[in-house]
Amino acid sequence: MKKALKLFLALLVSVSLAACSSSNTEEATTTEGSETTSTSGECPVTIGLVTDMGGVDDKSFNQSAWEGVQRFAEENGLQDCVSYLQSTTEADYVPNLSTFADEGKDLVIAVGYLFNEAITEVSANYPDTMFLFVDDVVDHENVESATFNAEQGSFLVGVAAGLTAMENGSKTVGFMGGMEGPIIGSFQAGYEQGVLAVCNDCKIYVDYADSYSDDAKGQQLAAKQYDLGATVIYQSAGNAGNGVIKEAKERGDVWAIGVDKDQYQDGMKDDGTSVILTSMLKRVDSATYSACTDMLNGTFEGGTKVFNLSNDGVGAEVTSGRNLSDDVIAQINDYAEKIKSGEIEVSSEATIANGSSN
Amino acid sequence: MSKKMEKILIPLIAIALGILLGCVILLVSGQDVGALFNGLIKSATGFDLSKPQNGLNLRYPGEFLVSSMPIILTGLAIGFAYRCGMFNIGAEGQVIVGSLVSCMVAILVPMPGMMAAIVCLLAGGLAGALWAFIPGILKCQFNISEVVTGIMLNYTALYGANYFLKALPESTTTRTVNIPANASLSSDFLSELTNNSRLHWGFILVIICVIAYWFIIEKTSFGYSLRATGFNKEGARYAGIKVNKSTILSIMISGFFAGLAGAIILQGTFGYGRVMTAAENYGFDGISVALVGGCNAIGILLSGLLFGLLKVTQPLLQTSGIPKEIGDIISSSIVFFVAIQYAIQYILNKLEIKKGKAHAKKAGDVQ
Repeated sequence: MKKALKLFLALLVSVSLAACSSSNTEEATTTEGSETTSTSGECPVTIGLVTDMGGVDDKSFNQSAWEGVQRFAEENGLQDCVSYLQSTTEADYVPNLSTFADEGKDLVIAVGYLFNEAITEVSANYPDTMFLFVDDVVDHENVESATFNAEQGSFLVGVAAGLTAMENGSKTVGFMGGMEGPIIGSFQAGYEQGVLAVCNDCKIYVDYADSYSDDAKGQQLAAKQYDLGATVIYQSAGNAGNGVIKEAKERGDVWAIGVDKDQYQDGMKDDGTSVILTSMLKRVDSATYSACTDMLNGTFEGGTKVFNLSNDGVGAEVTSGRNLSDDVIAQINDYAEKIKSGEIEVSSEATIANGSSN
Repeated sequence: MSKKMEKILIPLIAIALGILLGCVILLVSGQDVGALFNGLIKSATGFDLSKPQNGLNLRYPGEFLVSSMPIILTGLAIGFAYRCGMFNIGAEGQVIVGSLVSCMVAILVPMPGMMAAIVCLLAGGLAGALWAFIPGILKCQFNISEVVTGIMLNYTALYGANYFLKALPESTTTRTVNIPANASLSSDFLSELTNNSRLHWGFILVIICVIAYWFIIEKTSFGYSLRATGFNKEGARYAGIKVNKSTILSIMISGFFAGLAGAIILQGTFGYGRVMTAAENYGFDGISVALVGGCNAIGILLSGLLFGLLKVTQPLLQTSGIPKEIGDIISSSIVFFVAIQYAIQYILNKLEIKKGKAHAKKAGDVQ
């Protein structure tokens, strides 16, 4: 018994010795000051971002949110004042948010509507901490809710789709959404209005995959729409939307429109051209970037902040030299100005029913 | 060295080696090893060594218990079946079904007072037991591996539960309504005591289950027949033990523990049913807990606490810049070292023999 204990203690001691020696070397190497991790005294603001189950390298929503925070940190030289926590399960949301609040972060960011209950609870427990909630609304004084006018960006890609369908002569386009509801409905609504603004006799087919993950279903619906003569399909259905891109690649002579971020690379064919006509950009990074900047300037406040064309929260990807002609790009920019100035008001109410056309 | 001694020593060595490996990885990747120990201490006690002026923050130990409770129960589930020679990998699905049924009963059946919480817990446990009955009966009647059926039933449970959760009145696509307050295990008292942690009354249930596990396995003739079956099925049959009956009963009791784990997650931690996109690994964590705990009650309790501690320490490590994967590496290395316990045993024996020889030699020299 004694021997066993001794062995165990010896192991523990050696471990803790290793711990001590290492923290010493750590100090020695970072005496120059800029790299110390205990920065609460030096940081003008401290910011923590909590991801949902996706993690900061999900090539999507969470990654975009973290990129916004990083851009802010780099521009202000505050790399040591920002950090993130990745959640493994939903049970982690509340403790992760609370941990950041307990650590004395000035601003805690929660990415995605799944945090609704957790933000509601934690923001009430920590009235002195500020929270940014991306993509949904929680009405607490210390919470800024960031929502996106996706219909505005969708209008612009609708313009691109309508003009392309006219050039092609088919005058037919398609929309494929994930789940029916107000959020994806606003994508559909903006798209409908954008297409009809440039091509009032264009036909628009609308289908929903009832899934954000079933790419086979997405591909099937895309095949149906392309068979009906659609030249361009705008997809807003997560991975199910990738089925649309896949079908477009297989056909080669049709277009798909990307969503949330620039999906040009995803649509790359073997010959080096892409089937992605353009992408509707939903700039989650703008939301996190501007919240961080407000926090630094002392202008952060609770309430709902809407991200739209005017503040670069949404938009269309219009890189010259890709698939859009300069003429189409000029028209898109034109419409963007009109929306910004209020000359055109884009409604978020979709009109075409699932499974039918106008 | 005595057998009993070895049983305690091997997991301890494995844990120490696992943590040691974690330290080495931290050192190699240029991270602060001290943060690991500070994180562990802070999670367990709420005391931050690097910021002693902050005093105790009891939210950390509260959350530590919250994350330990379900995996202690799933550890008991895996351990119970394992003692009877069954590998209940379907515990994951039994957790999900337990959670679902306790949620359905809570929302659909109005009950007065305290009764609601208890009835919902029992409903969750029974649902887990019935779900475990399927692989159990298939094993006994047709000798179909409970591992294969268990894994498949995990998926059935996950997607089936999502369907039923969404079908409950007023459910959205992501969650159900809140369960009534009297079915909830959460407690303002415990929460206030621990600086707004989610600590709930489920811990009483966990203690009862640990005692019940110990009592059934060690002190009843039923437990004896289970263990006998686990040691040697044919031998047990020869001795007149009803092997089929003990096999089915053991996996059902195992399922009962797993179902209870699901119920306390729902009634204690969340308070509403969630539509899940993927399984949350409570069942699989239970395998590690049972293995490290040597499948006995106190061992499972302690190893459940250890794994819970590692789990809640991860966010603290992340805040000091250590990736959460390091925490995962430490917990997996502990399991790894326990799994290779025969190697450790072998080394221990070698050491013993060498020492014995040295002693003998010394004795010889003196003479």
